[in-house]
Amino acid sequence: MNPIWVIAKKELNSYFNSLIGYLILSIFLIFIGAFTWLIGNDVFIRQQATLDEFFNWAPMFLLFMIPALTMKQLAEEKKSGTIELLLTKNISNRQLVIGKFLACFLMVCITIAFTLPYYITIVQLGNADHGAIIGGYIGLLLLSAAFTSIGIFASSLGDNQIVAFLLALVINVIFLFILGFVGNSFSGWFGDILNTLSIPEHYSSISRGVLDTKDLIYFGSMIFLFLFLAELKISNRG
Amino acid sequence: MDIQIQQLTKSYGFQKAVDNISFSVKTGEVLGFLGPNGAGKTTTMKMITNYIDIEQGDVLIGGQSVKSGEMSQHIGYLPEHNPLYHDMPVIDYLEFCAALQGVSKSIVPHRIREMVRLCGLDIEKHKKIGELSKGYRQRVGLAQAMIHDPEILILDEPTTGLDPNQIIEIRDLIRQMGKQKTVILSTHILPEVEATCDRILIINHGKIVADGTASTLRKQAQGQQVLKIKIDEGEVNQIYEKLQKLETVAMVDFADATHNRFEIQSVVERQSNKAIFELCVKNNWVLSECIPFETKLEDIFRDLTLN
Repeated sequence: MNPIWVIAKKELNSYFNSLIGYLILSIFLIFIGAFTWLIGNDVFIRQQATLDEFFNWAPMFLLFMIPALTMKQLAEEKKSGTIELLLTKNISNRQLVIGKFLACFLMVCITIAFTLPYYITIVQLGNADHGAIIGGYIGLLLLSAAFTSIGIFASSLGDNQIVAFLLALVINVIFLFILGFVGNSFSGWFGDILNTLSIPEHYSSISRGVLDTKDLIYFGSMIFLFLFLAELKISNRG
Repeated sequence: MDIQIQQLTKSYGFQKAVDNISFSVKTGEVLGFLGPNGAGKTTTMKMITNYIDIEQGDVLIGGQSVKSGEMSQHIGYLPEHNPLYHDMPVIDYLEFCAALQGVSKSIVPHRIREMVRLCGLDIEKHKKIGELSKGYRQRVGLAQAMIHDPEILILDEPTTGLDPNQIIEIRDLIRQMGKQKTVILSTHILPEVEATCDRILIINHGKIVADGTASTLRKQAQGQQVLKIKIDEGEVNQIYEKLQKLETVAMVDFADATHNRFEIQSVVERQSNKAIFELCVKNNWVLSECIPFETKLEDIFRDLTLN
């Protein structure tokens, strides 16, 4: 078996063998369910067969949920010293990082899969825009993968899980809100660059059902960059 | 597979943790790696297992450098403090380690059974690692190190925290393993090296200060034969004089004059046992004690590492 998959399987199992996996999954579903169907500008108030509210709110909760999943991945291994056991076995630094990433990403995918009944419900309620919804889910997965790689990177920096969580949260907030916010207050090329780097710029166009290569490249390079930095960090052990 | 360590150096800041050390370990040899805390034992082991980068020099395993990162499947490693996943059941953990080491799936159950038997984990095998006592955790650590049947075992303080019975069991296990494998174990428990190791290597401040079997180290440290004898009957001063006249004897000391005990140092490279015995026969003395005085490994260790 490929070492990447061995790690991913172990980590995924450990989420479901403890309370953490179920806890994070249910908290996410409770909040996203409430905000999609019950609170604020929900589906019934809009009287439209769309999942726009769901796709607007999901990143806000993933913002917290993904760092909670990723924070332990490398930080705990460092703290307990088990990283020494892992890396002296037949597995490379890269395989370890990718394995950890995969475990968290699959966990997020499973969580998001629990929202598929929303889609079925909307289709029953009216004429749904299938393209937009499928695009929305693809966008959500890409955004989750980007958050996950940020989380893995934050977890690789030290041996403290709380620090890893907060750091991942801060980086996520920067990409999700601050870059766009600052970008809008500058005109010209500087503002453009900041806007291009911000997640909503790309997420919203995918959510409308428009799959553009430049958005895919954006998310792809972000995932690659943070995983690469994490690998660099754990390779460098003196 | 043998291990060759060539001019290995590692420094942290200005301090050299390991300073240009070279040695080799043959297959079937158990090498005891001794030294005070901070001497560079763990650092050396971490370089052998390729956990930390080698600054200068090289470690060759079966002629191949560990720097390639491809030697890990030949090495079984028990790190210092024996880190483990406390929330994992013993069997699952061993399965995970076997999978990581690329043990083919068909023989994994067999290997796990073998390890459970060898390390005496049978009654605890379904518990989570966190529920085990320290001794059993240590066994799990050893089991994970040996699960892929590596030719080389690197054990960093394998018996810390065990009770005397467990220590003996683990030592037996290591000795048994050491017959076919190449083993390096570090410790600062001196009787342990004598009990388990074929060869001893003492390092201090990152340098090798002694290398050899326990008995050669003793000989080196001691130089001359020292005997403690007790002669019943006979007059103390008379015995003293006659002993001193023996040609193999360099020096005689009263150890306890009232009980006719003496300490005799022989001339370098000579033994006095026979001469003393014959002297006693000639004078009708009863030689009731004759004990060769052994330099304790502790003394050798102190001598070598304190200056």
